This record gives sequence, C-alpha cells and structure tokens, in this order.
Amino acid sequence: MSDPVPLLNVQIDGIWHQFPKGTRVIEACAQAGKFVPRYCYHPKLSSPGNCRMCLIEMGMPKMGPDKKPELGADGKPVISWIPRPQISCAQDIAEGMGIRTDSPLTRECRHGVMEFLLINHPLDCPICDQAGECRLQEFSVQYGTAGSRFLEEKVKKPKRIALGPRVTLDDERCILCSRCIRFMKEVAKDDVLGFVSRGGHTYLTAYPGRPLDSNYSLNTVDICPVGALTSTDFRFKMRVWFLKETKSICTSCATGCNTVIGARERVIYRQTPRENDDVNSCWMCDYGRLNFHYVNSEDRLTAPQIRLNGTLETSDWGPAIVRTAEELGRFRPDEVAVIASGRMTNEELWLARRLIETLGTPHHDVVPRWGEGDDLLLNADRNPNTLGAQLLGVANERPGENLARIVARVRAGEIKAVLALQEDLLEAGFTAGDLNRLTFLLALNILPNPTVEAATVVLPGAAFAEKRGSMINAKGRLQRLNRAIAAPGNAQNDWEVLRELLQQLSGTAGPYVIEDVFKQIAGTIPEMRGLSLSKIGDRGYQLEDVEDVPAAPAPEPAHL
Amino acid sequence: MGTVIRTPHPREKRIIFKNIDRPGYTPGIDSYFADGGYEELRKAFTMKPQDIVAEVKASGLRGRGGAGFPCGAKWGFIRPGETKPVYLICNADESEPGTFKDRYIIHQDPHQLLEGMIISCYAVNARLAYIYIRGEFPLGAKILERALAEARAHGFLGKNVLGTGFDLEIYIFRGAGAYICGEETGLIESLEGKRPYPRIKPPYFPAALGLYMAPTIVNNVETLCNVKHIIRMGGAEYARIGRPNNTGTRVLCVSGDVQKPGYYELEVGAITLGELIHDVCSGLKPGRKLKAVIPGGSSAKVLRAGERYKLKTKQPDGSMAEREIGIEEVPMDFDSLAAAGSMAGSGGVIVMDDSRDMVWALNNINEFYAHESCGQCTPCREGSLWMKKLTARMLDGGAVPADPDTLKSVADNIAGRTICAFGEACAWPTQSFVAKFRDEFAGYAARNVPAGGHGNGNAESQP
Ligand SMILES: Cc1cc2nc3c(=O)[nH]c(=O)nc-3n(C[C@H](O)[C@H](O)[C@H](O)COP(=O)(O)O)c2cc1C
Ligand code: SF4
Ligand code: SF4
Ligand code: SF4
Repeated sequence: MSDPVPLLNVQIDGIWHQFPKGTRVIEACAQAGKFVPRYCYHPKLSSPGNCRMCLIEMGMPKMGPDKKPELGADGKPVISWIPRPQISCAQDIAEGMGIRTDSPLTRECRHGVMEFLLINHPLDCPICDQAGECRLQEFSVQYGTAGSRFLEEKVKKPKRIALGPRVTLDDERCILCSRCIRFMKEVAKDDVLGFVSRGGHTYLTAYPGRPLDSNYSLNTVDICPVGALTSTDFRFKMRVWFLKETKSICTSCATGCNTVIGARERVIYRQTPRENDDVNSCWMCDYGRLNFHYVNSEDRLTAPQIRLNGTLETSDWGPAIVRTAEELGRFRPDEVAVIASGRMTNEELWLARRLIETLGTPHHDVVPRWGEGDDLLLNADRNPNTLGAQLLGVANERPGENLARIVARVRAGEIKAVLALQEDLLEAGFTAGDLNRLTFLLALNILPNPTVEAATVVLPGAAFAEKRGSMINAKGRLQRLNRAIAAPGNAQNDWEVLRELLQQLSGTAGPYVIEDVFKQIAGTIPEMRGLSLSKIGDRGYQLEDVEDVPAAPAPEPAHL
Repeated sequence: MGTVIRTPHPREKRIIFKNIDRPGYTPGIDSYFADGGYEELRKAFTMKPQDIVAEVKASGLRGRGGAGFPCGAKWGFIRPGETKPVYLICNADESEPGTFKDRYIIHQDPHQLLEGMIISCYAVNARLAYIYIRGEFPLGAKILERALAEARAHGFLGKNVLGTGFDLEIYIFRGAGAYICGEETGLIESLEGKRPYPRIKPPYFPAALGLYMAPTIVNNVETLCNVKHIIRMGGAEYARIGRPNNTGTRVLCVSGDVQKPGYYELEVGAITLGELIHDVCSGLKPGRKLKAVIPGGSSAKVLRAGERYKLKTKQPDGSMAEREIGIEEVPMDFDSLAAAGSMAGSGGVIVMDDSRDMVWALNNINEFYAHESCGQCTPCREGSLWMKKLTARMLDGGAVPADPDTLKSVADNIAGRTICAFGEACAWPTQSFVAKFRDEFAGYAARNVPAGGHGNGNAESQP
C-alpha cells in the first residue's frame, strides 16, 4: 500500500476545509460548494489560464518572526493576501492557503471578463445552436450586466467555416479559450487547430490543407463553451432545451462509451459523451456518435410479416409467433441453427441461449464484426457485447468459428431452418442461394436486408436507443442501455419477442419484466452473481475474471 | 544615409556605450581586441562560477530590460547542483516604443555583448545560449553571426573554451516582428517554435521551467554587457557608480520634444529629469513649455508637468527624510521614478511639450498595444483593442461624456488580471493619461470636431 495522500487545510470564503494534497484550487472550491466560473479550464486538458474567468483572491499564512504561521484568535493561521487576483485553474492547494471566491475584487474581475467577452460577440443566441447550454449565456446571467457601454464596431471574423467534414466554425462566437486546440493536440493527437493573427483579431483555424477530420473531431464541439464549433450533423436541427436526455452507451464498438442520447418525441437528434473515467473519460468517437441515424430511418420494420404463398404479408404478433413455433416444431434439433448477434443485450442473449437449449441445437454462433481500432477509444471489435455472447454461451472463445460449418451444413441440406437474430446472414458467410435453400428462415431485425427479404417470418425488434438492457464491454465492464424513444409502430423489444417465442415453444410462462431476466442471469452466471440491473448504475460495474469466459451452465427448465 | 558622429555629452559616463560612435571603431574583433577585449573573459575563467555570481550580486546590477529585477538574485535561482541543462538567453528583441539602445550595442560593439554573455554563461553553467534578436534587425543578426564566427575562431566559443574545459555554443534566433516576443516567456515559446504566447507564472518561471522546461536565465543586452564591466571593476567598485540599489549607468533614450533627442549613458540617479531635458538634451523647442514625460518606455505611467511627488531620501546620518519635488527634480533612477508613480522601465524617455494633444498621444500608444497584444488572454486582447477604438472615436469627433470613465474602467479591468505584464503595459498609459489629463479628455465631448478628425496630435492646430 502506498502512503495515503495527506490532507491539507484550506480556508475558502472564511471556512476551513481539508482536501487531499494535489487538489486544484478550482476543484477544491467546487468541492466546498463554491463554484468558480471558468471557460478555458477543462479537467482533462492542460491549463493555459487564458480566459481569466476563474480569478480569485489567494493568500498564504502570514509568517511570524519565528518562521511559523501567526495564529489568529480562532487558533487558525492569519492569512496574508496576495494583492493581485490569481487564477484558480492552474495551481494546487497548499497548507494554510486562503481563498476568496466571492469578494468585491473577484466579482469585479468576473464582471470585467464578462464584459470583455461580450463586446465583440455577435450576440446571435436566437439562431445559435449552443443557446440553452452556453457558458457565455449562463455566466452572463450570473456575472454580467444587461447593458453595454461598447459604442465601437465589433471585429468581423470568418463565419460558417467547414473546419472538416463534421465540424462548422463561427469565429465571431469563439472566445479563444483554446480548449478545442488543446483537445486535438493532447487527446486526439492530431494537432490541426490553432490560432492565427493576433490581439483582438485572433481567430481559430485549421492548419492550411489539413482538415479537422479526426475520428474524434466532434468532441471539440462538446467542449467548446460557446456556439463557435457546431456539429454539422446537428446544426439547426433542434433547440437543445426540447431534447429529452437519456443516459445510455454507444453500441458501435466494444468500448461502450457512455453517452447521453438527445431525443424529442420519436426522433434522436444527437448523442454526446457522458463522463466515465473507467471507460471513455469525457470523449467518444465521431463514428459511434453519428451512428444513430438508421434508428430514425423511414424504412424501419414496424410490423411482423409472414410469408404466405411466396409473399411476405403484414401480420399481428400472435400469428407470427405461432407460425414460427409451428415451423420449428417440424425440424430435428440438428436441422436448426441460431445465428445471434454480438449487438444483442445480455438479456436477449440469455433468452437466445434458452432458445438454443429448448431447440436442442448444437449449431449456434454470433457474427464477428471487425474494424480498425485505435489507441484512444475505438475498439477493433465493432460488436458491443462479444463478451456477453461468450459469457452467456451463445458464442465460444472464438466468436464466429462455427459459422463456416453451419453454412456448409446448410449447403449439404443438413440444416434446414435458421433463426437470424439481429443479423443479416449475408454478413455471416451465407449467399442468397443459401437463404433460398432453407425451408424456414426467421429474421428478427429492425431494418430490411436480404435476410429479411428471404425470411419466412419477419419479427420487428427495437434499436439500441429503444430498449433497456445490459452489455459487457471489452474490458469486462457491465453497462446499461436505456430507452430514449419508443420503437416504431408495432415493433417490440427483442427480449420480449424471444420470451414470446420461448413460451410458445415450451408452453411455460417466461419472465415478466426485464429485471427478472437479469435476475435469472445473476442467479446462474457466477461473474454476475448478486447483481441487478439497478445495481449496475449509470457508470457500469466492473466484472472480475471475465477473461476466463466459461460456457454457460445448462439451463434449469424452471427458468422458462 | 550619412554617418552622424555624435560626441558624448560631457555629463555622460560612457561604459557600455564607450565604443558607440567612436571614430574608427568597427564591429570586428580586432577593434575589440585593441580596446582590451576579452580580457575580462580570461579573468572570469580564473574565478569560480559562484564567485562571479557573488560579484554580480555585490554590484547591485538591476535588469535593463524593463522590470529592473536584480541580476544576481535572478542568477541565484539556478540551483548549484542542477541536473537539467541550464540555458541563457539574451533578450535582444528591443521593441518597447521609445527604446533604442540595445541595437547600437549589437550593430557597433557586438563583442562586448558576446563577452558579457560568455562570462554569464560560465557563471550560471549554461552550455547553450541564444540571442533572440528582433526580426526587424536583419543587419544586426548578420553582424552578430560574424562576431560569433570570430569568437569561435579565437576559441571563445565551442568545445573547451580557452582550454578551461567549459563548452559553450551561442546561437542567433531571429524573431518575426512581434513586441510580445520581448516578454521572456513569450520569447521562450517563440524560441521553441511556437506562437509567442506568454506562459502563466506560476508555475513557468523561466529560472525553474524555462526553455524546454529547463532552468533558463533571460537577460537584456545591456544587462549582459554590464557583467563584463563588473568583472573588470569588481562588484563593490561597480556598486559605487550610481546610488545604492540603483547602481551603474543607464543608457537613456530620449525622444520627443527636445532639441537634441538621442541616447545618453548616464550614471544612474546622477541627474534629474530636468537636467536631462535642459542640459543634456539642450532643452525644449523654442517657446515651448514642458507638458508631460513618459520616463521609461511607452508603457510607463506618464508624469505631468506641475505634479508634486514625495520622495524619501536617506540622510547622511542614515535617517530617512521626505521631500517634495516637482517633475524636473526627479532623479533618473529606478527608485525615484517608482516613487513618482512611474518606472525607469526600458530607459526610453519620451518628452512632450505643450503643443501635444494628450488624446492623440494616448491613441498613438493605444494603437501600438492593440496591434501587439498577443491575444491570448481575455482582458488584454479585448481591452487593448477597445481602448484604441475608443480614443480613435474621440479623435474622429465621436467623443461622449462617459469616455474618460469608460477608458479608466477598461484599463482597470486589464491591469493585474492578465497572463503577462503586457496587461499593465497597455493599461498604465490609459490609466495615467486619463487620471492626469482628465480635463483634456472630458473636453473632447464638448468639442466641435471638424470632419476628418483631429489631425496629427498638435493641440494648437485644432479648433
Ligand atoms: C510586453 C513585454 C515586452 C518586453 N520586451 C522586452 C524587450 O524587448 N527587451 C527586453 O530586454 N526585455 C523585455 N521585456 C522584459 C523581459 O520580460 C524580461 O524581464 C527581461 O528580458 C529580463 O532581462 P533583465 O533582467 O536583464 O532586464 C518585456 C516585458 C514585457 C512584459
Ligand atoms: S472554438 Fe470554442 S473551444 Fe475552440 S477556442 Fe473558440 S471558444 Fe474555445
Ligand atoms: S469508441 Fe466505440 S463505443 Fe466509443 S463512441 Fe466510438 S464506436 Fe462508440
Ligand atoms: S496580457 Fe496580453 S500579451 Fe500578455 S498573454 Fe495576455 S493577451 Fe497576451
């Protein structure tokens, strides 16, 4: 064990507190309930101290002739105050330090900075996407004044600049805090942004010939305290105060960045990263962030379909489930294969595993999905829940290993029925001819694809933002998805679809709520013992020893 | 351009500028040798580095770049057992308006600077040094390059300098024309190849975390030249020049409304501002009265004729006595100018007579600072441009009664709240001009200004 971090005594606005050594002054103030306004400071970036909004008064203990702090009537050190205000973002606390966050001088400083930031600002809040979540607006209300003494002409700067494919810049709104520059340099390691010109004519730009096209570029939009950097995708689409915010996770790779989904009615407008130091710090990649538009697609499957006389006809849920169970009843166990997905939640995978057991088939797997990873967040495994699929026994240690064998058996006529759960079989090594060879094909999915078109029964499921459930990221962290919007039309949560199917096949009642599904998992899978969906929490739960993924134990029929 | 040979004024005490404008003296090393050049370097090598630091401390030498920080104390920040490389940088960015001294040393007596630098490097154990020279001095850079080559050829630079085992390289680095590159941490950033954005202090004090985050000494050209003479005379002897805490000579650069503007090397504090104007510079222009003086470069607070200052002086018996003096009686030294509410700064003395319009003069200064603010921190970036636009509007006939108050409060919101001292440099002129010439500023709102504005700053040419 290393030595515990010593606690230092610090006086903030007259009250003595203790903080661990190494605490930034600005953080200590916040912890003491004295929030100090700031623009340029970001806890995950270096501190240039340029905005001057966080000026406070600071002092150190007055030293007596014996070189020991002089003590006041209260037995605490008498503080000798530094006459000049100090920035609180770049210094750590020290023993006996005094801080004033709300003195006449600090108020005057903030007032001055606010006035300076606004004199050349275009004040175009009515058409600015940042309005409603803008630091300049917020601090104006708290620390600014309504009127203006500025009789001069404002500085004109470049507007509507496409810094890259996904980020648009309005230099007149920029308060030159350099957060975006520092993010690109220090975190994204792609030093493309910088200031040019000088003084009041300084403006932000990208290096000539080098667009801001990093896969992390949209994080600059998040950390820009004002509306200077906007997401080209989100721009002018929705006022932020109309957005309902739902905490969830990104499902575009095995990292599982924590997110906030911003939606209104049945439409998702944006995803933004949610801080979680165990997963994604404050960031997410552009690819994952923007990978939601398909959820809003016009083409979504909104009702079950059954093939009648060669054509798919819209159906109610009842007949579609009954037809599926009937069809499956006609095959021997090893004539059926289940192709599930690493994009399924644990709850869905658990029920898929029950389905596999009920059918008694040895033929099952998930479809691996590999891409290029990077050193920051993006994982090469683009399936968000490969570990879950392994832990719950739908895939083995080498996900996708069984696919070729399954395809061969289809071609040999040995496998006659396939359940395609959230996957297009053409991505699993099947050809269109293979699909036509099948006697029965079930497609559970959200969008049309060749498998859906060739299916005997189509069951419309819910997209990641339309359902609850859990997933395990590449580092073994169990995390929760949450429902931001409702699934369209008659589409259903996938776990409920699977439950219906299992009930139809086994004749016993299945779990009633998703919490019950998780309870079954927690009662069976040792790694998840004792957990519940609510225990996972918003920031996830680190599982232990998940590298040694054991095969799922045999199901206990009572669970179904 | 014909060469004007100026003979030193009898009241001058030429040490640093001894060879400036000396007939027959060239920047070549032979001229320097003929004058006893590099003897002090040989002497310095017989001393221990810490003894040189001690001599510089004893000399009382204060920085000539602007802040007047004691040179020996600065060098003392370098820890004796320092394991990181130590760098020394000569600040030759000389860009404070009204200041024109370092350039003469560089152009006419470069070896004096090099000798001072080599001794200083030896004293602080710097093995690599830079001369950061203002971009507008291309010829100066060439002259220095030639001088460096000569010094190298004579074994004063390179490996094993003069057989002492001490290795030293000095490189010239040319700036690209920005005043802020003279601010030492902005200079360091520029030297590292970045925009010259001054660093926050704490934690980036150059002596601790300077160039490449290593301990770095930054000194002005004139300061470094003085080191050579301190070695020659000894610190105690040097300290006898000038007055206590204000030792040595200073090269004062006088510009503005005097008969003979120019540079004058004078014993610090040995003459008053009045003597400087009337005696050394042959007085004001005929029929003119003194209106104001900016005594230490354009950022120093202006002194107004007719003001009274309280000056504390040490009596022969050691007691302190206070006496009240007028502007012309202010001794030209660090402490007296500070007591008068201004500063000795960079040594640039700008004299203004009663023909000067103070709004015009301030606007001229404001234009400079608005143009030169690096733009990094909010108060200076926004405030410097605002002050300039405001005084420009006043001159253009758009003055309103609130202008003096607005100007003052804008400047008040800058000074003391910025990353670097440029904040004070741009706020002090406005603060002092408005406070001391308030009537003139207030009067503008009432004036009927002709279309086209207030012209060239000549108060009498205006209605
Ligand atoms: C805005 C600004 C500009 C400066 N410009 C110069 C300059 O041109 N030359 C210089 O020697 N010092 C300049 N200084 C002072 C330097 O920061 C530094 O204090 C000085 O070089 C130290 O040398 P000294 O101790 O020998 O005076 C400037 C300071 C500020 C704040
Ligand atoms: S664009 Fe935004 S983040 Fe970047 S410097 Fe300007 S205000 Fe700061
Ligand atoms: S790194 Fe992965 S989890 Fe994170 S946002 Fe990108 S795709 Fe989503
Ligand atoms: S005070 Fe002015 S010059 Fe100095 S860092 Fe701030 S903006 Fe730049």
